[in-house]
This record gives sequence, C-alpha cells and structure tokens, in this order.
Amino acid sequence: MIRNSASDMASKLAAGEITSVELTQAHLDRISDVDKEVHAFLHVDTQGALAQAAAVDAKRKNGEKLAPLAGVPLALKDVMAQKGIPTTCGSKILEGWRPPYDSTVVTNLKNNGIIILGKTNMDEFAMGSSTENSAYGPTHNPWDLTRIPGGSGGGSSAALAAFEAPLAIGTDTGGSIRQPAAVTGTVGVKPTYGGVSRFGLVAFSSSLDQAGPCARTVLDAALLHEAIAGHDPKDSTSINAPVPAVVHAARAGNVKGMKIGVVKELNGDGYQPGVRKRFEESLELLAAAGAEIVEVSAPNFEYALAAYYLIAPSECSSNLARFDAMRYGLRVGDVDGASAESVMNLTREVGFGREVKRRIILGTYALSSGYYDAYYGSAQKVRTLITQDFNKAFEIADVLVSPTCPTTAFKIGEKANDPLAMYLNDIATIPVNMAGIGGMSLPSGLADEDGLPVGFQIMSPVMKDERMYSVGSALEAALLSKWGAPLLSKIPVLAGSK
Amino acid sequence: MTSLSRDDVAKLAGLARIEMSEEELVALSSEFTVILDAVARVQEVASADVAATSHPLPLRNVFRPDVVVPSLSPADALSGAPAQEEQRFRVPQILGEE
Repeated sequence: MIRNSASDMASKLAAGEITSVELTQAHLDRISDVDKEVHAFLHVDTQGALAQAAAVDAKRKNGEKLAPLAGVPLALKDVMAQKGIPTTCGSKILEGWRPPYDSTVVTNLKNNGIIILGKTNMDEFAMGSSTENSAYGPTHNPWDLTRIPGGSGGGSSAALAAFEAPLAIGTDTGGSIRQPAAVTGTVGVKPTYGGVSRFGLVAFSSSLDQAGPCARTVLDAALLHEAIAGHDPKDSTSINAPVPAVVHAARAGNVKGMKIGVVKELNGDGYQPGVRKRFEESLELLAAAGAEIVEVSAPNFEYALAAYYLIAPSECSSNLARFDAMRYGLRVGDVDGASAESVMNLTREVGFGREVKRRIILGTYALSSGYYDAYYGSAQKVRTLITQDFNKAFEIADVLVSPTCPTTAFKIGEKANDPLAMYLNDIATIPVNMAGIGGMSLPSGLADEDGLPVGFQIMSPVMKDERMYSVGSALEAALLSKWGAPLLSKIPVLAGSK
Repeated sequence: MTSLSRDDVAKLAGLARIEMSEEELVALSSEFTVILDAVARVQEVASADVAATSHPLPLRNVFRPDVVVPSLSPADALSGAPAQEEQRFRVPQILGEE
C-alpha cells in the first residue's frame, strides 16, 4: 500500500477500500521501521497525524465533499512553520521552537485534508546540496545509504524514496527541490516564483525562495501543486492570477507539436557520462512522442553560479539577522550584566553552523560600502542577463530542458570541506531561480557507471507551469513503458527492524 | 585576486554579530580567497549598460484593505520567548548604566 502513488491512494480512500487512519498508520509504521537508517525526519507527529486522519475519515463517512488528496499523508520540510510543531530549519538556533501560527502552505494542506506526518531534515536554513549541513546529522540516500540524498531538501526526497511518505513539501532557492529529486529518483517541482505563498516559510533568500511539491509521479506532484498554490494576501510577492492547470496537463501528457529547447550550456564538460546518456535517451523519447527538439543557447548561464553565491548570501545576511536571541529561539550568555550585543554574538556563534556563518559573512561583505557595486550590484546585472537569455530562448522553444545535476549522488563527506565543489552541484538548477520561472526534475533512469538515479530538468516560462507537467508526464509515460515498472521498483530494500 | 585577511573576517563577523574563534577566523579567511575569486566572475559581464534586477517580479507597493483581523494573543506571541516578564519579552541590557 505504501508503495502506491498518492493518486492511487486517494482513489482507494474515495472508494472506501482503505481509511486514512489505516494509510497514515502504515506510513508511521514504515517510518519507525526504516528511519533509523535513512534519518529523513526530525520530528514525527504521530498523534497529530492520526487525529487529522480520523477527522478526514469522519468527514468522508458523513458524505462531505473532500479535496482530491484528502486523507493522503505528507512529509513537510522543516523550514515551514506549523502551529505547535517543532520547526528548526535544521538549526540549533531554533531548537525547541514551536511556531504559534501555520504557514499558508500548511493551512492549504490542512484545508485539503492532507495528513502531515512530520518534519523532514534539511541543510541548515536550506543552505546546502547534501543535507550534511543539518545540525541534527545527515540524511542518507535510500538508494545507497553511504550517499547524500541531495539538499537542502534531502529529508523530503529521502522520505519519498524510502516509502515513508507518498508526498512531500520542499523549498527551492537554488535547486533544493530539484537536485534532491534528481539524486533520489523522485519528482520535484519549483513552481513559478510567487505561485505558492512564502508566508511562514522561514526566509533564506526572499527573491529566490519558492515552495513546491515533491512526489513519486508527475501527476502526484501536480495534484499537490494545485493544493498548495494560489494567491495569498499575506505574501506581497504572491501572484494574483489563477493557478496554472497543472493537473489537466499532467493527465493529458501531450507534447505533440511542442518545441523543446536543449540548453547548450547546461550539458557537456563536467557532466557525468551516465547523466548525459540518460538525458539524450529522454530527448529521443520526447521526439518519438511528437515533440520537436531544438537547441538554444544561453551564454550568460555560465555566470549564474557566481551571481547566485552573491545574491543568496547577501539576502541571507539580512534575513538571518532576525535570529537575535530576543523573541524566540536559542539564547546564550544571558548572565547578569551581559549586554544584548554580547548575547547576540554568543548565541549566533553557538546557534549557527559553519556554512550558515560562511554565507552570512560573505553576504555582509558583498553588501558592505565600497564593495556593493563590485559584488552585489554586478550580480544583480547578471540576473538581468540570465532573464534575457531565458526570454530569448522561450521565443524559440515552449520549454527548455537539461540534466538536473552534473552528477549522481556523491558520498557523504566527499565534498563537505570544499564549498566550491559543493556549490557546483547547483549549476543547472540556479538559472531558474534567478529568473523566477518554473522548473521540474523527474527521473530519467540510472547511470550505467554507478547505478544511481539521474534527473531530467524541464523549465517553463513564468506562470506557464502546465508546460513542464505536459512534458514531464509524456516523458514519464514513455520511460514507464520502456522500463515496465517505475524506477523506484529497483531501489534496494532497506533492512528495517525486521 | 581578492582576499580577506583574518582581521577583515573578524570585522565582518562583528558587523554580523557572530562571535568567532581564532580557528574559524583563519579558516574562513583562507576559504574566502577561493570563493571571492569564483564569484568575482560576475564583473566580467556586468557592464554599465545592463540594468540591475533585484527581484523576479516587477512589483511596486502592494496594499491590502485596512481591515482589522485577529492577530496572535500575547501568550502565543510570547510562547517562544527565551525569557519574559509581565507579558513582555525580557531582554539583556541594551543601554549603558548611565
């Protein structure tokens, strides 16, 4: 039952074949069985999840009209505020904090009757590509427990691949939904910036952060996308327009006549051979399904990584100033006579991990008088050039595609002491955030050389998110008929407690 | 090549209100030499005629109707406070004695 898609689970719930309490309990059992190995969860809300499930079952019994995913369980990235539930962002500075309010994403999940199982592990404040920067220890990739599950949303992607939850929420600032999806053989979508409310999403880089759906199938991601998206008066950057028809697009999966642009600069040198091979095969399948494959060039993408590592740290140095030990979270050194400044200094020393400090200092430098124009100012200009590259490319093609990541999952510890090597993971995902467009990663197979999952990235113009679902669904169907079973059917069996 | 000395990092850490050990200051200073070289590439294409983009959406001020809605109760607002007193956040001393 736990290996089904969320839409199959929803059908069985609607048909009365199972109850939400049974389904939720099955996932809670799975978590207690395998999460010692995977460490996807930081907090499991057993009582709350079962109570939510019982409430949905009661409504169904009463014949009330329910949302499509009502009763289906979900794993929530620990960057989302949920009232009364610990929300740490993978950081010691928020250890024990229980938000007094729900984020809009959580409100939408609850209104849709989606059951929140618990909070998933992440790189501290979403800064990282491996989940190794969590203050609570790394998450392990269920394909190979010695490898990273991606990051920052490695807990969410690992929970899906380990069948601990059929749905999850991620947030994507430079690839934190798509890269974890790629390296775990799951589906992850970064909607258009402003498509999903950021209210209650603990801010890292406000002009780049975007919450989105994580799932095991494209249709499941679409169903979750529609459940969480839409205008929110509580977020001034939320787009006031109808949600793109992503479920319709995912169900149709039609690419006939679509022009798919291969981004020349996001392939080639630095991309693992097995990644490139699966990418080329996917292009052939899309062509066979009726799409026209064209090549596009985005010459400024090579500067995206550099610009990102100025813009994101700059915004984070400002956003994370709120963790000042005064109103919530950790407070250290509050002895008689200690000044507020010394308490802040000591609290932030102990509360923040190495990567967070590195980025705050880098951002403080990039924004400082005398260096602002050379660093932050120049990075903002690169952002314009990247957006122009996208605009030109979308004149030629309906969607753009690339491998999601240059490589498959690396070993835990392999890049922990080399920040630049770690940053390179996001080279193909970052341009999407810079322009605020939509991006999806779905599995395109296993690399021949290491047998690990490879991700295929689809990028769509602003508020044309349905296009990536059309292409993703068509490719998923073509790959499924080629393989005969979903990619995750090949994942090694976790030992569990039995 | 841009570099940041140990003292530069110490100054930035002070501005960012983060206490740092000697070991951290030295390590960050050497890491920043590599990182700043990599990010300085933005200057290659950031010519004067390119406009800056600070945000993906062309937003100006966003207003909502001035309607009173329920807000957090004092107890909820204080629920995460490291210290509180008389329904207020208790904070360390901010001003000097005088």
